Amino acid sequence: MNYVLFAEQLLNGIQLGMVLFLLAAGLTLIFGIMDLVNLAHGSLYMLGAYFAATFTQMTDSFVLAVVISVPLMVLSGIALEIVALRTLYRRDHLDQVLATFGLILFFRELVRIFWGAAGRTIPLPPYFNGSVSLPFGIDYPVYRLVIITLGLIVAGGLYLVVQRTRIGMLIRAGASNREMAGALGVNIPLLFTVIFGIGAALAGFAGMIIAPLTTANIGMGDTVLIQAFVVIVIGGIGSIRGAFIAALLTGMIDTLGRSFLDDLLALFLPVNAAEAAGPALSSMLIYVLMAAILFFRPQGLFPPKGAKA
Amino acid sequence: MPEPILVTESLHKNFAALIATDSLSLEIMPGGIHAIIGPNGAGKTTLINQLSGMMKPDSGRIRFAGQDVTDLAAPARVRLGLVRSFQITSILRDFSVLDNVALAIQAGQGHSFRFWAKAALDPTLREPARALLEGLDLGARNDVRSGELAHGEQRQLEIAMALATNPKMLLLDEPMAGMGPEESARMTEYLAGLKGRITMLLIEHDMDAVFALADRITVLVYGRAIATGTPDAIRADGEVRRAYLGDA
Amino acid sequence: MNVGLTRCMTLSRVISALVLAICAFMPFLAPAVGEPFLIGMFARAMIWSIAALSLNLIMGYGGMISFGHAAYLGVAAYTVGILSFHGVTSAWIQWPTALIVSAIVAFLFGAISLRTRGVYFIMITLALSQMLYFLARSAELYGSDDGLTIARRSATGLSFLNLNDRVTFYYVIFAALLLCLFVLWRIVNSRFGMVIRGIKSNETRMEGIGISTYRYKLAAFVIAGTMCGLAGILEANLEKFVSPDTLNWARSGEMIFMVVLGGMGSLFGPVTGAVVYWLLQDKLADLTEHWQIIFGPFLILVVLFARGGIDGMLKRRPRDA
Repeated sequence: MNYVLFAEQLLNGIQLGMVLFLLAAGLTLIFGIMDLVNLAHGSLYMLGAYFAATFTQMTDSFVLAVVISVPLMVLSGIALEIVALRTLYRRDHLDQVLATFGLILFFRELVRIFWGAAGRTIPLPPYFNGSVSLPFGIDYPVYRLVIITLGLIVAGGLYLVVQRTRIGMLIRAGASNREMAGALGVNIPLLFTVIFGIGAALAGFAGMIIAPLTTANIGMGDTVLIQAFVVIVIGGIGSIRGAFIAALLTGMIDTLGRSFLDDLLALFLPVNAAEAAGPALSSMLIYVLMAAILFFRPQGLFPPKGAKA
Repeated sequence: MPEPILVTESLHKNFAALIATDSLSLEIMPGGIHAIIGPNGAGKTTLINQLSGMMKPDSGRIRFAGQDVTDLAAPARVRLGLVRSFQITSILRDFSVLDNVALAIQAGQGHSFRFWAKAALDPTLREPARALLEGLDLGARNDVRSGELAHGEQRQLEIAMALATNPKMLLLDEPMAGMGPEESARMTEYLAGLKGRITMLLIEHDMDAVFALADRITVLVYGRAIATGTPDAIRADGEVRRAYLGDA
Repeated sequence: MNVGLTRCMTLSRVISALVLAICAFMPFLAPAVGEPFLIGMFARAMIWSIAALSLNLIMGYGGMISFGHAAYLGVAAYTVGILSFHGVTSAWIQWPTALIVSAIVAFLFGAISLRTRGVYFIMITLALSQMLYFLARSAELYGSDDGLTIARRSATGLSFLNLNDRVTFYYVIFAALLLCLFVLWRIVNSRFGMVIRGIKSNETRMEGIGISTYRYKLAAFVIAGTMCGLAGILEANLEKFVSPDTLNWARSGEMIFMVVLGGMGSLFGPVTGAVVYWLLQDKLADLTEHWQIIFGPFLILVVLFARGGIDGMLKRRPRDA
């Protein structure tokens, strides 16, 4: 194990963490404030990737495609909230789970009809290709650094919005006391629609920026949704700060585990046994982490004040 | 002199800046009815929550029947015989009245890891449940879904479930809440009939009921016991009158 | 009791009996109507009925919304596949081992997830089962993504129980279904069953009468997981193949749907739900290859407008209808 490789994988972990954060931030707001279990959040991530693919093809510019797609995701999210999800707020969790599971099936098939079963690759503009030299002799792909930077910017922006603005105040009021916020004259349905639009845009944005690395494909939402669940369970439902820290933790552990667990195991196992067990165990790492954290803190690391388990 | 059945030693509980229980030391004697009165927000329900194990005190100890129960979970305390009723009626609303009580009797008979025989055909559950409901004037309502009972009847069922677990001591959190005067009077009479067999700690706003039933009364204000004594002594206590009974 | 209610409850019973009768005679009915594929479909529907029945114990009766129930089906199926891969083909070894494995997994997952409630519980059961899915995908020895082909069905060593005979195997599945129905009927009406139902109704009250709810929920979780393992054993034998897909969360979602479609907390409901689910999927797939574009919204409509499921509609009192 050499340290350059380790540093690269660490950065990859942070990059995955950023993507997870974008997804988890919307999810955790929707859970925490609306008490809605939305399994279809992964579908929005997938939809974002396909939007980006289509508009990149049409405009020949990935950046322009993202600029067009983000407002479209907001609109899609708002439409989804009004058509399908609004009626679910008053229902119990089982109804929400089942109905949004139905949405997943619907979106998956919709994408298959419009874009076909094969994935779509998205070419990066030339200035995002290639690597930069970082200190200590690390060469790192430019675009992955771009993802990390964008994630940090969004995280900072979200923090400012939630802490400093009127809508952030409403979000915090809604999270801690819905009736009180309603009594104070806050338009709760509108607030929910706006939050859902933001959540959809964040999820879609995550899908867009990851798509050049992974292609836009139909199964992409599933894996990342479950990982985002792990993130918000670890971070504490409703907490943006918890989501951020847990996303970084999860991203790094997952990435480093996949790269180095077999080497680590080889220290005390026969090499071929380590190579066989490594991939299997590393795919389980984040779940073990989640179970361990829950064992000691059933409400996650950063439960928001007044949260109920 | 008999040993007290329930003892609290400097029980303390804060909610942020609010002191709900303030170094409270109580001794409850077996067999009688000990009432806790006090204005709203005095920490009466919080006290019952701690005694019953549904809330952890910040500090202090609770001993019941000679055993330290401070760290025992709520169900374990119930199995020792320390049973509460709820101020906001807590019953199994989609069970029949009889099933509610039969289940509580079942819980009092030890573990329920019995997977095969039909519980609804078990006379050791059904008979005592019927008898108990009969005694509470609910006998005619056995087969009604408990969620469909009138409010007063639900309060009676609440008490019936607590009694069905075969308690040594009952923690009654406003048993008369929301009852009409007639129902209240009947409940008072019923509780009076249990006196001597079951120790009771009674929280109640209905002062007629409190003074009719209680052997001893503790007045709680801002989590602190400002007086404890017989009903007559409490009536005569000047500090109590000023703090609570509103007398000039 | 309300006369209309009595009549309608009988209707629910009649439908249950009818579904069972169709299952019982399908090996003769299917060739008679010229649709022999129906035998395989009903075999599959009965296997998923068992899975849905087991889920109904914890979800319908116990109020625990597990989104990871496919895990127990999957690990049992994999146990059969892996034992067979290593040359252990005897049913008498395969089946008990698979049941024990699913019981252990259910115990571990239950012990972790039951410490939490609500949304956390749903997400944790989902994540834990998904962990096994990824584990299966990375298990190169056992086929990774491609899955594991099982050379032959479990060998019972008994000439009258040759599972390679289509009809014999069909009736083994049918018998397993009847057994599960009977066992569940006893359990939900037993003292244990009353406690589980009481916990769903009002968990705080159950603690208030001295029930330590965690251990009862965990016991129910293990019983349900083991029963679902039986479905997994049968599934592995039916398909002669097991793949990570068996463990996928979509399977868990489908199980939930079968339970809800049939009627939560009704003893027979999940069976009706599973049979209707497979028939529906088959008909929709005939209609278009993109059948999920119809099925997804259908699922949402069931949730929004038919909450009690089929059983709930049959039992609904006339004046409500």
